[in-house]
Amino acid sequence: MKPVRVIEGRAVPLERSDVDTDQIIPSDWLKRVERTGFGRGLFSEWRDDPSFVLNDQRYVGANILVAGPRFGTGSSREHAVWALMDYGFAAVVAPSFGDIFRNNSSKQGLVIVQLAQEDVDELTRLVKEDSTRLVIVDVDQMQVEVPQVDWHRSFALDPMIRERLLYGWDDIGLTMRREASITSFEERSTAPTLEGVFDGAGHVIAR
Amino acid sequence: MAGQTLFEKIWNQHVVASPEGEPTLLYIDLHLVHEVTSPQAFDGLRLNGRGVRRPDLTLATADHNVPTDPISTPVKDPVSRRQLEALEENCREFNITVFPRGHENQGIVHIIGPELGVTQPGMTIVCGDSHTSTHGAFGALAFGIGTSEVEHVLATQTLPQQKAQTMSVTVRGKAPSGVSAKDIVLAIVGRLGTGGGAGHVLEYRGEAITDLSMEGRMTVCNMSIEAGARAGLVAVDDKTIDYLRGRPGVPEGEAFERLAEHWRSYVSDKDAVYDREIVIEASELVPYVTWGTNPAQVVALDGVVPSPNEFDDPDERNASERSLDYMGLAPGEPIRSIPVDVVFIGSCTNARIEDLRAAAVVARGQRVAPGVRALVVPGSHRVKRQAEEEGLDEIFLAAGFEWREPGCSMCLGMNPDQLGQGQRSASTSNRNFEGRQGRGGRTHLVSPVVAAATAILGHFASPEDVNG
Ligand code: SF4
Repeated sequence: MKPVRVIEGRAVPLERSDVDTDQIIPSDWLKRVERTGFGRGLFSEWRDDPSFVLNDQRYVGANILVAGPRFGTGSSREHAVWALMDYGFAAVVAPSFGDIFRNNSSKQGLVIVQLAQEDVDELTRLVKEDSTRLVIVDVDQMQVEVPQVDWHRSFALDPMIRERLLYGWDDIGLTMRREASITSFEERSTAPTLEGVFDGAGHVIAR
Repeated sequence: MAGQTLFEKIWNQHVVASPEGEPTLLYIDLHLVHEVTSPQAFDGLRLNGRGVRRPDLTLATADHNVPTDPISTPVKDPVSRRQLEALEENCREFNITVFPRGHENQGIVHIIGPELGVTQPGMTIVCGDSHTSTHGAFGALAFGIGTSEVEHVLATQTLPQQKAQTMSVTVRGKAPSGVSAKDIVLAIVGRLGTGGGAGHVLEYRGEAITDLSMEGRMTVCNMSIEAGARAGLVAVDDKTIDYLRGRPGVPEGEAFERLAEHWRSYVSDKDAVYDREIVIEASELVPYVTWGTNPAQVVALDGVVPSPNEFDDPDERNASERSLDYMGLAPGEPIRSIPVDVVFIGSCTNARIEDLRAAAVVARGQRVAPGVRALVVPGSHRVKRQAEEEGLDEIFLAAGFEWREPGCSMCLGMNPDQLGQGQRSASTSNRNFEGRQGRGGRTHLVSPVVAAATAILGHFASPEDVNG
């Protein structure tokens, strides 16, 4: 997981409530062997509709999703998080979230910004008014801002989740803290390697 | 101070860090990779901009998904094909040695590690596959992991692990003739139950174990997971060293002998203490067949289908009723009277050269019973080539067996080799779960010689039944 300190970009207003994970990524997509590429399946039931907001040219490239209450409820599929991130979203702003979705997001580094309903409504209005407005989500300061109009709101983050986001800690990240120990173990190790056993095409190198 | 068990020796030599309040970080000497559990892990690396820390300790092969048709036939199922291609592409991108379908070194991941000599005593070995326990036959600590852990090992060459408990499983005395390694492990799993080994690393000991060839020890360690154990182990001895001498992954001459001396330390100390110990009398063992839908539901080939009333535990009674229903069997039916539709000789449990030789001895000069489909699927291309050099393929083909290309095949039916609804198999594999070999299929686990005899007589049988 990559560290996330500050997300700067543009926001797209979804203006829907109760978007469950089945709507975020339909079940046909779960058969896939990949973990990337789910972006194509994001909201796929709605994407055929030309008036769906993600099809609106003004919001192409937005990396912050602004949604209604109870975003990400339903099935526990982590694919929903993979899909949002693969599509290019780095944060979701909403009045409330499904618990498992929130937890899955923290494992993958998708920032969950929970604001009061009226603040979400205001942010929605601001980015509808001008889709080019810069929106900033500051994980370190736990603030969301629209500097052009001097609008900012604080949001809460679990301290452990904040740490993980700031330092990019996932299980692999946590192990990486032991990098020096791993390297020194490797320097001491006399265990054999595959070096010199196979050539580039996997054939055994004759001795 | 008490001595150390084999498990503790290997564990202690691989501790990278043991931070207070956190699991131990263990170094991994060899990471085996296959097409099914790795694609999301590689994608995870890409997504996070990570590399593979030690491609030189990582080896990949295609096995689970590959069709066993002649190599010249393309892979028909597009999803399988894509997964096989993904393995090759991922390995190329990350510089990992890979054996794709048709490659001279390709085969079931747990067969190729040992036969290439890359599985060695004292190592820690992981693979995204539960039967990684197979490699424990070499005195290596080998266990299966999930896809996120695959990613973790690719990125860091380590794994955070809680230390397992140890269990000594002694098979005392000599096994009677006609009792194979498969029968020994079926007896052990039957005795321990599917959860009896949970949280433990089993160390198999006793004369009946040391008498086994390396192939036989692999068969035993392979099914450790069927008793719920984390891993299985057998101490190093001359057989271990003789098996490895001359294999591609080991050095030659003096260097090998020096290494072999070091390997001899991978035995439990005489005064080592295990958390649990069980003893099984080898003299009481016979050839076995599973009758139900978990590998602990074992009965003697000479026996009858058990009645649910025989089980005191109500859960077990219920489970056995469900199993009998699924298997289409009635209590009291003699095992020998049960007809089969399919015989599968293959899998990482029993598709090594010795298994094929044993089955060929039974099949020589015989004919597969009318209406029975019998498949022999060698565990690897090396096994297949060796068998062909010895003429085993001709024995099987003459007897009416199919001689196929290597892979996991009907062990899990991910490729087109599957049981049909209600079809019954005698299978040398390791799992008889509902639908494991195909939707509605009924699997009975047996040894290679019982499988071959069953193919010929059309019902469960021993080699003596064929010749007598
Ligand atoms: S042969 Fe069967 S048990 Fe062995 S690795 Fe393949 S699928 Fe798993």
